Amino acid sequence: MPEIVLRNVSKTYDNGYEAIHNIDLTVREGEFMVVVGPSGCGKSTLLRMVAGLESISDGEISIGGQVVNDYTPGERDLAMVFQNYALYPHMTVRKNIGYSLKLRKFPKDEIKRRVEAAAEILSLTEYLDQRPGRLSGGQRQRVAMGRAIVREPSAFLMDEPLSNLDAKLRVQMRSEILQIQRRVGVATLYVTHDQVEAMTMGDRVTVLRAGVLQQCDTAQVLYDKPANVFVASFVGSPSMNLLYGSLSDDGATLKVGSQTINVPASVYASRPGLKAHAGREVIFGVRPEDFALEGLGETLNGHVGHIEALGSELIVHFGMDARNYVVEDKGGSVEEAEELLEATALTEHVRNVARVAPRSILKAGDQVPLHVNMERAHFFDVASGESIW
Amino acid sequence: MAIAAPSKKRRRKIGKTSWGTYAILTVLMVLFLFPVYYLIVGSFEPVDQALNGFHAAVPSHLSFANYSTLNAAFFSNTITGSLKGFYTVSTLVSFIVVGGGLVVNSLAGYGLARLQFRGRRQLLLLVIVLVIIPFEAIAIPLYYMLSGLRNSLIVQALPFIGSAFSIYLFYTFFLALPPQLEEAAKIDGAGPWRTFVQIILPNAKPAFASVAILSFIQIWSSYLWPLLTTSQPNYYPLSVAIGNLVKQQASPNYGEMFAFGVLLVVPMAIFFIVFQRWFIRSVASLAVKG
Repeated sequence: MPEIVLRNVSKTYDNGYEAIHNIDLTVREGEFMVVVGPSGCGKSTLLRMVAGLESISDGEISIGGQVVNDYTPGERDLAMVFQNYALYPHMTVRKNIGYSLKLRKFPKDEIKRRVEAAAEILSLTEYLDQRPGRLSGGQRQRVAMGRAIVREPSAFLMDEPLSNLDAKLRVQMRSEILQIQRRVGVATLYVTHDQVEAMTMGDRVTVLRAGVLQQCDTAQVLYDKPANVFVASFVGSPSMNLLYGSLSDDGATLKVGSQTINVPASVYASRPGLKAHAGREVIFGVRPEDFALEGLGETLNGHVGHIEALGSELIVHFGMDARNYVVEDKGGSVEEAEELLEATALTEHVRNVARVAPRSILKAGDQVPLHVNMERAHFFDVASGESIW
Repeated sequence: MAIAAPSKKRRRKIGKTSWGTYAILTVLMVLFLFPVYYLIVGSFEPVDQALNGFHAAVPSHLSFANYSTLNAAFFSNTITGSLKGFYTVSTLVSFIVVGGGLVVNSLAGYGLARLQFRGRRQLLLLVIVLVIIPFEAIAIPLYYMLSGLRNSLIVQALPFIGSAFSIYLFYTFFLALPPQLEEAAKIDGAGPWRTFVQIILPNAKPAFASVAILSFIQIWSSYLWPLLTTSQPNYYPLSVAIGNLVKQQASPNYGEMFAFGVLLVVPMAIFFIVFQRWFIRSVASLAVKG
């Protein structure tokens, strides 16, 4: 089973716009690699370049050790699932799935056998002689998957295949796609803008921003050790709280707005690079679950603006007199967050989120001390946005 | 009760507006259909009855007399050429124009909609400009250009095969077709021609039906161009023959003209009925897309 390797791949359009900048990426044998990023970050372009639907300006793409830069999409032996499925409306499900085999001149009985086997896996057997127009969204999605697996290609490419489905079906299809991929065991490049989809599906996740690869690692590493402030804010929902803070000259305290908290020595032990930032401004990041209403350690006072009771937990939106760092180009989630903020803001700065135990006695307008888990706090360089380690 | 009352009211309201709509539509339908009705009834009536104004609309004294005298006229050499010959010319010319036009114009429209090449926008603009130039404006220069081909089938068909209007119609249709279909075909391993024939064509039936109907009606009833380019009766299409019928008679026989008119219109009606299923679908889809 071959792997997909991208070396120094770039894409510059005629008008000078650089959609993809110098990307190195390896999708290992049988690996499920998710590329995630805000809309317009170039993730679809990257996928289309691997498919051969888009030319590359620079670099090298190889599949199974073979450089495929000059191969047509048909010669690359890939299968692709499109966002709108792109099923042939005039063909039955059977013909849709079998079309690529027919073009490759497979014998008729072999096509029949393979199509029926694929239909069996996807529970499509009873729909084989219907046209796509009569199928539901989920069934169409399965036909698109069937078209991809029937050929036993050397790699799968998927371009936001779940974004046309409703939320419930999406969760169901997520696991179905994963199961099929495991079963077929081919390298898969999966593009999405939905970070939850990325985290739950990918063996590894690549975060892309404005055509530049930000970080490529497992979901847990992206979450725990984001390479920079963009990854930190993009991964995780609700996203990480980012505040400007200044370290004291000796580095022992951090001033966040008007409040000062101690920075324990253990933080410096795990982040030796932070010492060099003593006496300077940094971006201080705290995940919503790293705030707590009770506990030990440093506290920051917050002004409760709005509470979402989810049953299993409370999402507390609160304000502080500290300046928030706002990541631009974060895609949909930032706008949604802004809208929510505008709708619920009691003070001008209800920009922070804490995730606390349910049934906590809290109400809007309360002034609460929030305990910060400093061991799990993040620090970023103000100028470069890189994580400080 | 409280729930039923408003719905009753609403239903009555809808009923009212649709009656008004139906009334207007009926008036329009009568206006459009009356000439056709008159033509058909008139063709079965004696001349004096047929020209008797609105009285002619009430069918009386119906007979095939006009058709038999028309038929006799062709066989008695009072007019030159044969009905079969005129039909053959019209059919062949229409076949070349419609068939050739579907191939040429669909490819041109597809190219404009999908291929990226230098000058594409300018070419598209040219096509749009050409749509609004009336044929009469270029008929004479065209006549001199093609004078060497006079009295042939090809000269009657040639200027109408490539049609800016058809290209534009195909262009807008292909533009609305999702490009992922072609990309999927590419990945499945189909080349450009196979993609066009096996994937695009079957999904473009409405566009093909529309262009076929519109260009058939245009070429079947065209008069000026065949009149300019043909002088031998064996190359006359029906439209020119009907004009000559008037010229060759000392006093025009309107009964025969009505009969000939019906013969001219019937093939168009048949053609339309055969293709209207897709034609209406395409008009509807254009309406939805706005």
